[in-house]
Amino acid sequence: MDAQTLIRLLGEGTVQTLIMTLVGTLVSYLIGLPVGVSLIVTGPNGIKPAPLYNRTMGFIVNVIRSMPFLILMIAVMPYIRKVIGTGIGTSATTAALIVAAWPFVARLVEQSLLEVDSGVIEAAQAMGAGTMQIVRKVLLLEARPSLINGAAVATITILGYSAMAGTLGGGGLGDIAIRFGHYRFQPDVMWITILVLVVLVQIMQEIGVKLAGRLDNRLN
Amino acid sequence: MSEHIISLQGVTKEFDTKGGKVVALKDIDLNIEKGDSYGIIGLSGAGKSTLVRTINLLEEPTEGKVLFDGKLLTGLSAKELNLERRRISMIFQQFNLLMQRDAVGNICFPLEIAGVPKAEAAEKARELLKVVDLEERANSYPSQLSGGQKQRVAIARALASDPEVILCDEATSALDPKTTRSILALLRKINEERGITLVVITHEMEVIKQLCNKVAVIENGEIVERGDVQEMFRKPKTKAARKLFFPDGQVTEKPLVRTSTKNRVRLVYDESTAGEPIIANMIMELGAPVNFLYANLDVLGGAQKGQMVICLAEDAATAAKQKEYLRAKGVDFTEIEEDEIDHHGEEGDA
Repeated sequence: MDAQTLIRLLGEGTVQTLIMTLVGTLVSYLIGLPVGVSLIVTGPNGIKPAPLYNRTMGFIVNVIRSMPFLILMIAVMPYIRKVIGTGIGTSATTAALIVAAWPFVARLVEQSLLEVDSGVIEAAQAMGAGTMQIVRKVLLLEARPSLINGAAVATITILGYSAMAGTLGGGGLGDIAIRFGHYRFQPDVMWITILVLVVLVQIMQEIGVKLAGRLDNRLN
Repeated sequence: MSEHIISLQGVTKEFDTKGGKVVALKDIDLNIEKGDSYGIIGLSGAGKSTLVRTINLLEEPTEGKVLFDGKLLTGLSAKELNLERRRISMIFQQFNLLMQRDAVGNICFPLEIAGVPKAEAAEKARELLKVVDLEERANSYPSQLSGGQKQRVAIARALASDPEVILCDEATSALDPKTTRSILALLRKINEERGITLVVITHEMEVIKQLCNKVAVIENGEIVERGDVQEMFRKPKTKAARKLFFPDGQVTEKPLVRTSTKNRVRLVYDESTAGEPIIANMIMELGAPVNFLYANLDVLGGAQKGQMVICLAEDAATAAKQKEYLRAKGVDFTEIEEDEIDHHGEEGDA
């Protein structure tokens, strides 16, 4: 393979991977963030305990999280094919990523919100703040740095998932690595792909840490 | 119709724990009048923090009623309760400020909750910073403030909603003595100038002495004694109250237990009796000595109060004469019972 083809290939793969990762992360947060918040709010020490909901949702999250991503993806692919018409390519993979990642995001969010000082929540309750006010103005705001760090972790994990999905015809960098690097015995392509993945992870982690630091008023 | 701004009636609070039911509050009746600075004192674990949290229903009583300004709070919907809570502010031992908001942002918080427009809230926050003497720290974050400054911000935040009551939960327990005094002075000013009722939870008698006009002593979830601070200082009736009011006096009594436990009295004197050397005169007139065991001068709500523990003559007849003499001179005294001394002896000091 000449250099130009390789660059084009890697460029396309990177773009596909980024799209899958970012869209997957975004939608996972659209689902996982409210679920994570609801787990905290309805928890035993939450501001509105709801044991039945809390246990049910906690169970669903655990069940999905206990499945290895590749197996889960194989399991849900038939349903994804039914809904969006295809079982391969970027959009099918993104859908599978979301199914696997939202419970992970929910737990990450839950962890971040657990760090919020219960005294501050009590103070807000004493002021007569409603549940939604406490969620928006206390929980999410006070946990902001931790939530951003969590988002970096989530994005990187989903990037990893997307690369794995590549092995099942999912497109992106993982797809390139397995098709060229593994099936066609081109270890150099494999290593270059890995290098690109490493760089992407570094950039994401760096953005997360910087942003979290800048938005944390406990430090500056 | 009621002058009682806060009224607890038969309030009981039980907690379910792994080890079974724990009764934190037992059938508490408590009435607090408008403008009072009402202290609730007790050792840790006595139930005072739970008690103050039943007032704004952060802790829902298992039994009993909580009335605020004549209105029954127990049984209100969450929405109605939140409206009433805006009239009762609270400050905490750990300040509980939002770490991600600056001083102005923190003070604006209760106003935002109440739906006050942002500009108006910010203006009020700046005014309140002046009240707590912290104008120059308007844009500082809690992590940049000292403990005393944080509590000042918390007090400004408590004032923002123009409350009728401020609940103070060990508000100075995390502060050094000097900062404690300045915070207490600020709270006292707020009570006197704005007429805001204070409910002061503490384990430190100094706080009660400097800040409160009334006090209730809580022990094992029950109020064992209550009344006017001056009055209780003169004649605490229960052992629990004596222990809290005169912790030093008790320590001083201890090493002398073996020599004599008879005829000890605790005298309390103020400006009216401090002018005359009563004890000296008594010794000369009756020709019988007394033994001084302990003496101390306190400032109580701005007035000086002294207390003294003395041991009267050993023989009953002379002791009776001495007591007669003190009574005639109008000196308040209480006899210290033997068991009180023994009890303290058991505890000992390390």
